[in-house]
Amino acid sequence: MSSTDNSPEHKLYSAREPIFPRRVKGKFRSLKWIIMAVTLGIYYLSPWIRWDRGPELPDQAILIDLANRRFFFFWIEIWPHEFYFIAGLLIMAGLGLFLFTSAAGRIWCGYACPQTVWTDLFILTERWIEGDRNARLRLHRQKKMDFHKFRLRVEKYLAWILIGLATGGAWVFYFTDAPTLLRDLVTGQAHPVAYMTMAILTATTVFFGGMAREQVCIYACPWPRIQAAMMDEDTLTVGYRHWRGEPRGKHRKGAGAEQLGDCIDCMACVNVCPMGIDIRDGQQLECITCALCIDACNEMMDKIGKPRGLIDYMALTDEPREIAGEAPKPVWKHIFRPRTILYTVLWAGVGVALIWALFARADIDMTVAPVRNPTYVMQSDGSIRNIYDLRLRNKHGEEREFRVSVTGDDTLTVTLQDSDTTAGDTIAVKADEMRIVRAYVEAPAGSKATISDRTEFTFWVEDGIANERVSVDSVFNGKGQ
Amino acid sequence: MSKKEVETTGHSWDGIEEYNNPLPRWWLIIWYLCIIWGIAYTIAMPAWPLVKGATAGMLGWSTRGQVAEKIASFEEMNAGVEAELAAADVTEVMPGSDVYNYAVNMGAAVFRANCSQCHGSGAQGNVGYPTLLDNDWLWGGTIDEIAYTVQHGVRNETDDARYSEMPKFGVDELLEPEQIDQVVEYVISLSDPDGDGTNISGHSYDAALASEGAVVFEENCASCHAEDGTGDIYQGAPNLTDAIWLYGGDRETVHDTVYNARFGVMPAWGLRLSQAEVNAAALYVHQLGGGQ
Repeated sequence: MSSTDNSPEHKLYSAREPIFPRRVKGKFRSLKWIIMAVTLGIYYLSPWIRWDRGPELPDQAILIDLANRRFFFFWIEIWPHEFYFIAGLLIMAGLGLFLFTSAAGRIWCGYACPQTVWTDLFILTERWIEGDRNARLRLHRQKKMDFHKFRLRVEKYLAWILIGLATGGAWVFYFTDAPTLLRDLVTGQAHPVAYMTMAILTATTVFFGGMAREQVCIYACPWPRIQAAMMDEDTLTVGYRHWRGEPRGKHRKGAGAEQLGDCIDCMACVNVCPMGIDIRDGQQLECITCALCIDACNEMMDKIGKPRGLIDYMALTDEPREIAGEAPKPVWKHIFRPRTILYTVLWAGVGVALIWALFARADIDMTVAPVRNPTYVMQSDGSIRNIYDLRLRNKHGEEREFRVSVTGDDTLTVTLQDSDTTAGDTIAVKADEMRIVRAYVEAPAGSKATISDRTEFTFWVEDGIANERVSVDSVFNGKGQ
Repeated sequence: MSKKEVETTGHSWDGIEEYNNPLPRWWLIIWYLCIIWGIAYTIAMPAWPLVKGATAGMLGWSTRGQVAEKIASFEEMNAGVEAELAAADVTEVMPGSDVYNYAVNMGAAVFRANCSQCHGSGAQGNVGYPTLLDNDWLWGGTIDEIAYTVQHGVRNETDDARYSEMPKFGVDELLEPEQIDQVVEYVISLSDPDGDGTNISGHSYDAALASEGAVVFEENCASCHAEDGTGDIYQGAPNLTDAIWLYGGDRETVHDTVYNARFGVMPAWGLRLSQAEVNAAALYVHQLGGGQ
């Protein structure tokens, strides 16, 4: 049996239903304001922090110098070949997300995700200009575009574009000296790429924060799907105590109020929700656990003289306990579980390893690339020469003399092309630069190294000022027997 | 508002119904926009395959055109330094200068395209084609001598080419077979500074024959290869006292060389390459490690 109904009310596509979140007060709202101020403050202000690194290096504390392939973070400087630090940070970010998600659900989505933070800021701006939920609804329903509506709309979009401009502007400051770039941007002398980047980021910020909003979380973002898989029955998440609230209804006198639960069906939790859902329907994909419904409901419970917590952070295991009349697990028991402890240990392990690597790394560095075409060069006197390309890296903020030597076979000698001394073993490397130097290693005629196939030896590079030494093992090729 | 029930599409198969969770309309709009974009794109850009080639596209863009544009822009960018290199006296190009760095990079490309066929991709040479990495030079290893060799070549038909000719001592019967045997032993013995009967290339010789060969050498070979056998870069006569052998240092090969002579040729690259390319190749070869 099959039946098909092609009637027009079964639409395959639906228009977005506009959401007008109402203003709410409470501890989670306050926490979200603080987090918004801190995260946006870090984002907008960081490029302006100065950090003195000496005359030859930029003095911006956080700088991604793409042209010179350097990343500066206060006293830390990362070169391209040290990208494992970035990889390590990304691994930590991933493990951190696992940890927080298994402990407290989509806490990242609700409090710290840029999409949430900027949408919050855009909704705040909207409220300042157009008024709270009811005023915005009225404005939305008013078909006629009169002067009042037109003025409010223009003001709102202008404010959004300014926020977007500041967002895109702050982004480009991370990539070059911020004060110089700001001056160039204002006077119209900045690189077209800077203007293009700002324009694109302004447009995307306004679009994502002002228009797309919850659509990004529901349809575009993979996190809701992945995070759902990392939550378990002990994970704290926002829920509704239906055993306490139902049956819901208006508590009118004499209308059987005593049979009703605590939920007075005031819709406060729905009206404040930035995702436009009803938390009383249970856990759902759209919920970003921003906890604003908790604040809204608590406010209402206070007003009608009922205990708070009809909507609250809770775990799935709490439901049967509370229905059975037992006390729920304390919060710390939800958080300190083998799973979260394991995540913490892994996270901290990577962090400790990164910090160790950061302090253990040398300020000079060398890699050796043997030139194996040909494997060796016979000289007039019967001595044999091998050629190596040395990459010498000077991570100091000043020029340094590097001295190169070889150990492992007493007959081997090394000279550097373009060396600035007669001994031919030292070379200057400019501040914060890598210099490729050709090194000639020679074994005298008749020595063991000339008649062996391979002789292992070690390159040493030494910085004359700090007496730092780095070594790299390599192989000398002879002509063989 | 009561809890919103999800509608079904009305489709029902053996009691199994299908929920209707409609997609957002903006997805549909984006899909339509993509279709419009796709059509416009295939009109504007090369797209539709035909029997021969493909539609050219209204904008006339092509990957070849893009490459040509890039090459032209690089050539324009390098025109100044290249003109400077072409006009430069190679002995006065300072290492580290812009012209020098440009020349070494350009020279590497010129070398790979024109020189590596004989001298090897790493300039390591081949039998009969000298290695350019060592400190032994047939016609001189200073930068101006190298530049001259690249420009005019060796033993080709141009007037300015480096020229010399070794007599075919055996073929033309200039020497008796015994004399050739003697001088071969002597040549092998030349690179034996410690006189222990084995030279630095590891070849042993007959000392008695060699001492007789010394006379033959002095009368027939010393005019080019010098009395002590160290050769003469002005005649392209190799140094016979060192460890480097262009054709081989063993008895048969040396005998072959004396009997038939050798006549290594190199083209005059000045006829084929621009002056900047010749200078670049010379500077590149000079800095490979053997330049003097």
